[in-house]
Amino acid sequence: MSTRIDEPVETLLSIQNLHVWYELRRLGFNVIGHVKAVNGVSFELGKGETVAVVGESGCGKSSLMKTILGLNIPTDGELSFEGKNLAKLNDAGLRDYRFEIGYVQQDPYGALPPFMNVEQILEEPLIISGVTNKTERLERIRKIMAEVKLHPVNDFLHKYPHMLSGGQQQRVVIARAMVLEPKMIVADEPVSMLDASVRVEILKLMHTLQEQHHLSVIYITHDLSTVKYFSARIFVMYAGSLVEKAETRRLLEYPLHPYTHALLAATSDPNAANAETYKSVPPGEPPSLADPPKGCRFHPRCSKALAGLCDVKEPPDFEPEPGHFVACWLYES
Amino acid sequence: MNNFAASFKKLLQYPSAMAGIFVILVMVAVSIYTMITIPYPEAIRLWRGGEEVWYQNPKFAPPAWFNFFSRKKYSESFAVSTAEGGIEKTAVPGNDGVTTYTMTYEFDFNYDVYPQDMILYFNSAFKAKQPFMAVEWITPDGRTIRVSNFAIGNQYTYRFSQDDKLAAKLRAEEPILALFSDPQTGGIVKGTYKLVVTGTTFEPESNVDVEFVLHGQVYGLAGTDHARRDLTLPLLWGAPVALAFGLIAAIGTSILTMVIAAVGTWYGGWIDQLVQRITEVNLVLPFFALMIMIGTFYSRSIWVIISATILLNIFTGAILGYRAVFLQVKEAMYIEAAKAYGASNWRIIFRYLIPRMIPLLIPGLVQAVPAFVFLEASLAVIGLGDPVLPTWGKIIQDAQANGALYKGYYYWVLEPAVLLVITGLAFAFLGFVLDRIFNPRLRDV
Repeated sequence: MSTRIDEPVETLLSIQNLHVWYELRRLGFNVIGHVKAVNGVSFELGKGETVAVVGESGCGKSSLMKTILGLNIPTDGELSFEGKNLAKLNDAGLRDYRFEIGYVQQDPYGALPPFMNVEQILEEPLIISGVTNKTERLERIRKIMAEVKLHPVNDFLHKYPHMLSGGQQQRVVIARAMVLEPKMIVADEPVSMLDASVRVEILKLMHTLQEQHHLSVIYITHDLSTVKYFSARIFVMYAGSLVEKAETRRLLEYPLHPYTHALLAATSDPNAANAETYKSVPPGEPPSLADPPKGCRFHPRCSKALAGLCDVKEPPDFEPEPGHFVACWLYES
Repeated sequence: MNNFAASFKKLLQYPSAMAGIFVILVMVAVSIYTMITIPYPEAIRLWRGGEEVWYQNPKFAPPAWFNFFSRKKYSESFAVSTAEGGIEKTAVPGNDGVTTYTMTYEFDFNYDVYPQDMILYFNSAFKAKQPFMAVEWITPDGRTIRVSNFAIGNQYTYRFSQDDKLAAKLRAEEPILALFSDPQTGGIVKGTYKLVVTGTTFEPESNVDVEFVLHGQVYGLAGTDHARRDLTLPLLWGAPVALAFGLIAAIGTSILTMVIAAVGTWYGGWIDQLVQRITEVNLVLPFFALMIMIGTFYSRSIWVIISATILLNIFTGAILGYRAVFLQVKEAMYIEAAKAYGASNWRIIFRYLIPRMIPLLIPGLVQAVPAFVFLEASLAVIGLGDPVLPTWGKIIQDAQANGALYKGYYYWVLEPAVLLVITGLAFAFLGFVLDRIFNPRLRDV
């Protein structure tokens, strides 16, 4: 499933040097600094391509995702979808862009309004996108419910979120993201709140949908163990920037960046031996995004940091092998 | 929504809520009945009518069921006429176009208290020669008293109590008392009394009709006030006015408060600041004093009163309470999802923010109703009610102006007061239970 990277694909989403900074204010108006949640992120996503953004909590994954969804306005940088620069779109254009991307959230119960039933929930995007014919809306709702395997459809149509199991709720969330037949799905840790038994089912469902509809997917997670199910590429994010970008198998087998090493080491597998051993994790905490370390942001925690280089200059992307990018001075040559 | 159906089903478990609902339903039924049987223009005509409308009623009469609780029986009022057949009328034609009419009316009088007054209203048709009337009074013990005789015009009113000649003849200060008393003992004579009016007309086409009105000491279901008005009219019409005022004010303020809180919270920034500052200013304004000023200097129309009430009650503490919850709901994941699929601001406010608040809104709305009902009554009591509408507060105002409590006309104050209290309690009971059902913090405590 990782062969697609080599095929020439049409670019769907292109992000260049994206910055998302939040203002820090004192007394409500006095700007005293910025939280640099996303700091210089660039990548391209092809049509039908899947990519996983991996990183620990607070690394800026959600800010990146919200910017892609058009919920945050980028401070700097360019974000274009099908060649159109989002910053230059008017309100109507931005609405049309939103209809082209689906959003699958982390907590399925919180993502569904508790006072609407499944039919109303799935109808909302259709009403907003201007499908005025009620029968057409119902038809599309039934079709998408069948696709996400909410069988039998009639039983689920009039149920409220609290009457559904976690897995069923997440299927409704996926159906809502898919009901407008988008070109791209942004999935924010779609299985992290689910039981282990349901996770694989949901991931397989998403994989099936991705293949059937030739969707581009941005899959955001902190859990590397779920990535291999359907992502062609993995982006590792640390403190606001992408430190390593590679094909899934390549990255899992030959990780280059010290942070990726640490992340992989921390991934848990259901192995009884794990209970007996301690894993080596990098010391310290992720840095404050309001006041990140100079140079490479990982250097205070990095065991291989080169004094005089890593703590002074920010590393650019190096390409030690084709299609494998890493932002680390260790791979300068 | 079935969540709500389930919540309302829980109401059945609370007797106080059922009692409240029952009272409210009865009030609604009474209001509908009143507005159908006594339409608004008719009610206004009656309420503003004077002697010409209410001449048949006594003044300051407690309700007739007063006798049921009293050892002394008070005389009841009645009015009979030849035109409506209540009084027998026989005509004996004589010579030269002269006709002699005999009009008799017999009635039982078994009370312990004298009536207020007796009046004869004559109506006659003639060209030149006035008809001549003679009135006789026959007591149960067989005495025949010749009350008076007089010539009448087209319309003529004879009041027994104001006939000085009759008083002189009976050697009494009050002719009414003398007519119903035993001349020897001075005690009241019970039994069948008979009134005989003999009339003579002198033209062939002439005719004469008489109406006999007895103003007793008690009247009807609710009694009467200082202007002889039947109090059932304002008591009945007070129900729709109170209900409409309370409900419109409560619904108006609750919904506007919620919408403004939602809009302010959603847009944030200066809109939110503005809403909060207005609320803070409004919170320190004395509401009732403002209402008195509006009533005194501007208008007492019910529409002005209700508009001012709603306006001044939008920016209250409730807006801050709603704001606190909206700030929380605003961050909900499903709102973020709605933004992601392109929902407009107004759609988010009305489809996603406000529905979440309805469980909080309903108990508050029901509990607010009695406050507004009492407000309307309070304004009416201090003379700032709508000058046209008959309401419960107006009855109390009239009663107070006429010294009802000082003179012992307790019914006059108690009837509207009891109705106000029952209405308030009904909404309060229902509101408490709704609060218990919808507000999880109070549940099972």
